[in-house]
Amino acid sequence: MKTIEQTTSEILNLAATYFHIPREQLSPEDDFFTKLGINSLQALELLTRLEQHFQIELPDYEFQGVSDFRTLAERVHSRL
Amino acid sequence: MKSFKGQTLSWELTGGVIELALHREPCNEIGSATLEELEGFAAALESLAGEVSVAILYSTLKPGFSAGADLRELYRRSQQVSGSERVAGVRSFLERIHRVFNTIDGSAATTIAAVHGITFGGGFELALACDLIIADKSARFCFPELRLGLIPGFGGIPRLKRDLGNAVVRDLLLTGRSMNAAKAQAVGLVSQIAGEGQALTVARSTAAQIKKFDRITSATAKRFIKPIPHEELRLEIEIFCDLFSRPAVEAGLRKFVESSGPMPYLP
Repeated sequence: MKTIEQTTSEILNLAATYFHIPREQLSPEDDFFTKLGINSLQALELLTRLEQHFQIELPDYEFQGVSDFRTLAERVHSRL
Repeated sequence: MKSFKGQTLSWELTGGVIELALHREPCNEIGSATLEELEGFAAALESLAGEVSVAILYSTLKPGFSAGADLRELYRRSQQVSGSERVAGVRSFLERIHRVFNTIDGSAATTIAAVHGITFGGGFELALACDLIIADKSARFCFPELRLGLIPGFGGIPRLKRDLGNAVVRDLLLTGRSMNAAKAQAVGLVSQIAGEGQALTVARSTAAQIKKFDRITSATAKRFIKPIPHEELRLEIEIFCDLFSRPAVEAGLRKFVESSGPMPYLP
């Protein structure tokens, strides 16, 4: 079973790869909308990538109140 | 006329296959301009019925197939008129959309929606009017209308119920969540999954297969297995218009239109 730290790390790797941002520039506390420079349409692309990677379903209302990677990781982790 | 190049969409008939490309920036929002050009397409689909075996609908825009109704236009027009005129305007729009979607739904040609990315609201409903949905891995399907105090008004509920049954409709409608392509295939909504950017390619090879069959037989089989739920579609329009008159809807539309944050497409 993954730890939350592993889940967070995988999310950061995925975001860095998909949005072409150097991995070292991302940290768990970052606001992913601001750091990745994305809008809600692109957030849905990220959601699809997360679902494919973790083999889960993550309803988009789980983004409510979430803007940093760490909290997003908690939402993903709860579905593993 | 066997081809058309418009502001919001273009289509061309070649070798028994008519391909409709949606291309209204940013994400094929369906407003009055798109409706008018879709009406032209629907008329062509009927007049060319003897020559068309397959119709493929797809989008050339990166974000997706279609984000649904043009909410900005809807809000703007609703602010220009009062109460009963507002509802009358919406009813008129819905009746026109339903005529187009019913034509696509009941077309003698086999229709394929080749979708990717955002396939929301009215865009989802356009795909549901087609016989087959081929989705690339990026596709997401959603009925976001409850977020605005509305229900889907372009025929989505009766069509999705026809195809999948009540439970999936309840899930999508009552949560307003989006569903990815893999899950959509698992529940029977999507017939084939394509690699990213490949939905049109897969749709074309499917069309090549479908074209081999006698057109009359295909059309007859389709009429037999795919009844159009006319009564429920009419009821949907009534319910939509009834809800549209509520202040909560105007507030929901205003919030969407005035939003400058990154969240408008998220619940």
